[in-house]
Amino acid sequence: MTTLKETSIGSTVKVKKVNGEGNLKRHIMDMGITKGVEIYVRKVAPLGDPVEITVRGYELSLRKEYAEMIEVE
Amino acid sequence: MSFTIALAGNPNCGKTTLFNALTGASQRVGNWPGVTIDKKVGKIKGTDSELVDLPGIYSLSPYSPEEIVSRNYIVNDNPDGIINIVDATNLERNLFLTLQIIDMGKPVVIALNMMDEVEKQGDKIDAEKLSARLGVPVIPISAKEKRNIDKLVSAITDAAEKKTEPKYVRYNDSIEAAVDAAEKALEGKIPGSPRFYAFKLVEGDDAVMQAVPGARESISEAINNLEKEFDDTADSVITDSRYETITDIVSSAYERAPRDERGTLSDRVDRIVTNRILGLPIFILIIGFVYFVAMYDGDLGTSPGAWATGWLNDFISETVIPAAQEWCESAGVSEALTGLLCDGILSGVGAVIGFLPQMIVLFICLVILEEVGYMARVAFVMDRIFRYFNLSGKSFIPLIVSTGCGVPGVMATRTIESESDRRITAMTCTFMPCGAKLPVISAIAGALAGSVWVAVFAYVMGIVLVIISGIIIKKFHAVSGAPAPFIMELPPYHMPGFVTCAKTVFDRSWAFVKKAGTIILLAMILVWFLKSFSWSFTLLSEEEMGDSILASIGGVLSYLFMPLGWGDSWELPAASITGLIAKEDLIGTLELLIAAPFDMDVSEALDLLGTKMAGAAGHAMILSFFTFNMFCAPCFAAVGAIHRELGTWKATGFAFLYQCLLAYFVAVIVFVVSAAVMGAMSDVPWYSIMFAIIDAVILVYFLVVKDPFKPFRKNTEVAE
Repeated sequence: MTTLKETSIGSTVKVKKVNGEGNLKRHIMDMGITKGVEIYVRKVAPLGDPVEITVRGYELSLRKEYAEMIEVE
Repeated sequence: MSFTIALAGNPNCGKTTLFNALTGASQRVGNWPGVTIDKKVGKIKGTDSELVDLPGIYSLSPYSPEEIVSRNYIVNDNPDGIINIVDATNLERNLFLTLQIIDMGKPVVIALNMMDEVEKQGDKIDAEKLSARLGVPVIPISAKEKRNIDKLVSAITDAAEKKTEPKYVRYNDSIEAAVDAAEKALEGKIPGSPRFYAFKLVEGDDAVMQAVPGARESISEAINNLEKEFDDTADSVITDSRYETITDIVSSAYERAPRDERGTLSDRVDRIVTNRILGLPIFILIIGFVYFVAMYDGDLGTSPGAWATGWLNDFISETVIPAAQEWCESAGVSEALTGLLCDGILSGVGAVIGFLPQMIVLFICLVILEEVGYMARVAFVMDRIFRYFNLSGKSFIPLIVSTGCGVPGVMATRTIESESDRRITAMTCTFMPCGAKLPVISAIAGALAGSVWVAVFAYVMGIVLVIISGIIIKKFHAVSGAPAPFIMELPPYHMPGFVTCAKTVFDRSWAFVKKAGTIILLAMILVWFLKSFSWSFTLLSEEEMGDSILASIGGVLSYLFMPLGWGDSWELPAASITGLIAKEDLIGTLELLIAAPFDMDVSEALDLLGTKMAGAAGHAMILSFFTFNMFCAPCFAAVGAIHRELGTWKATGFAFLYQCLLAYFVAVIVFVVSAAVMGAMSDVPWYSIMFAIIDAVILVYFLVVKDPFKPFRKNTEVAE
């Protein structure tokens, strides 16, 4: 299982599934990270966390602990 | 006709600009009931209709206070129509909220904002096709250029007049089957739109399930089918399906021009600003620049902010107060009233208002950084560090601002979305030594043989206490509020609009002035009364302050402070109380009480008092006095700001007590440890050592133990 956390910077991946539950999963999905959407990993913050991604045409930053919940192809 | 129209949309979609364009100057700012989220209401220009600005939200789930406020407003207050503002450059995510709003069944008009930017990129949007697919009118606008605002107004007025119900967007059969079942289960049991709540029931929304108990169980078959078919939870299936529909709608109506390979200007700026190597230095430069413009006053000159505040302070103390005094004398006002007016109200409130120019400069800098989009990047850059303390990168700005003044520092916590982080930051950012604490630092440094380490100690200790508190307060679930994950949009950089910035600066400054006129005024009058009157209610001169009510309160309090090594001195507790008016008053009071009568300066007097009260441990006692006053509750102005942010007196009281207790604990420990380092343990009373050990144990307990309240909770075993 590959997650968004392991995805290298500069690559584009497709979301397979969002794991986790409740509020957190809901929040991630509300922001547009849903099944089948393409995510481009733009960069990582100067201190190594969080990461910045492009999803549905806008920039989103999320901590690596949440990126780990996002299963990608 | 006059209607009530709600304005809803995502954060960063130009909602404030549109609100200003629609309402002009006719705005009233208040609070939503029960939460400290600003509620803005204004009259739509050229009509009798009222526009209610809902908080910026991404969704209508009931997880954040903003979402709950918006949802409740639309359901309970029943507006005649909703303008849903949508950022056309970020259509997919913005339409997610739109689909939920449409389901609420009210007349909706979509304001497709930022069309100027879309055109600049060479893209085309077919608004009619969009409108046909969404089942509601879509008006392409530009709030910034005020384009098509009149069309938007007539469209919403028309929809409100005709009570046009949207044509709902349909999803796949399994979802619709579950929603149908839910609609039947909810029929007649819940006010407002059946379809919206039907969706929420299928999603397992707590608010709906509590409102209609048993409803979700009754449709469990349809939900089971849905979840089995898509192999996911019902709410995820619905979100997936909504976004799928959106992707489909957008691809049919949005024509995208080829992009510049180097990326947009915003991309290029961002590549440098949050660069792995340059990111931190650039951040330090920007913060340094803001600090220099708003606060700095030293060898390199005086910043505009410090200059203006200095000028206003001088004006109040040298012109306004003498003028008032003269007027009182010539009008024959009694001595007590003159004292109350000049000494109590004018100098007290004046000391607070004096900060206003500095604060305006600071607010201008912060608003520009916010509007440009840099604040989100600050959080992005700093988040890694703050995670260690259970906070997020967004808490950094208030801490920096608090080194100038705690009041705008506390107010700067507004930009933190996570309720829990926001409250904790508001409660702790005044630990940072502010401008008013600087005179205290230099006086103490003087008493401790000019040690520069006093200043270093103050800043380092301030940061340490913020860190400790981040960890401790999170464990008080009742006050810390609901946590929110750190998932944050990084909006594109753009030029800030003048009107929007000016309005925000004005609103924040006005909130500050209003506070100075109410709570601070009352506090000032009280303390003035305590220090100017004896128990027999005779007015005292400044030299007779030893007979004042304040002095006797200080005398009683001195027992409380004995473990800190303050001996039986009533002056030190009394000075600490006046420090609540303004921290620099601490030095003023000490001057009056222990220095001036003996022809000494405060540093010498403190040194002497220290030796008298604690013998060889005198310097340790001065350090404990310093520690307590640096970190106990801040001045009333800042307490007022904290109250505004926390919303309830209970939470404010908790913050006040927490700060004082923590300062007390740390001061005792500092007293004993520093006495030990100075080799003066023989003059440290036994109870101080005992207190220090107990306090250290309590602190460590709260820091280390995951659930510190578990042993105290009743019936734990029964519940388990």
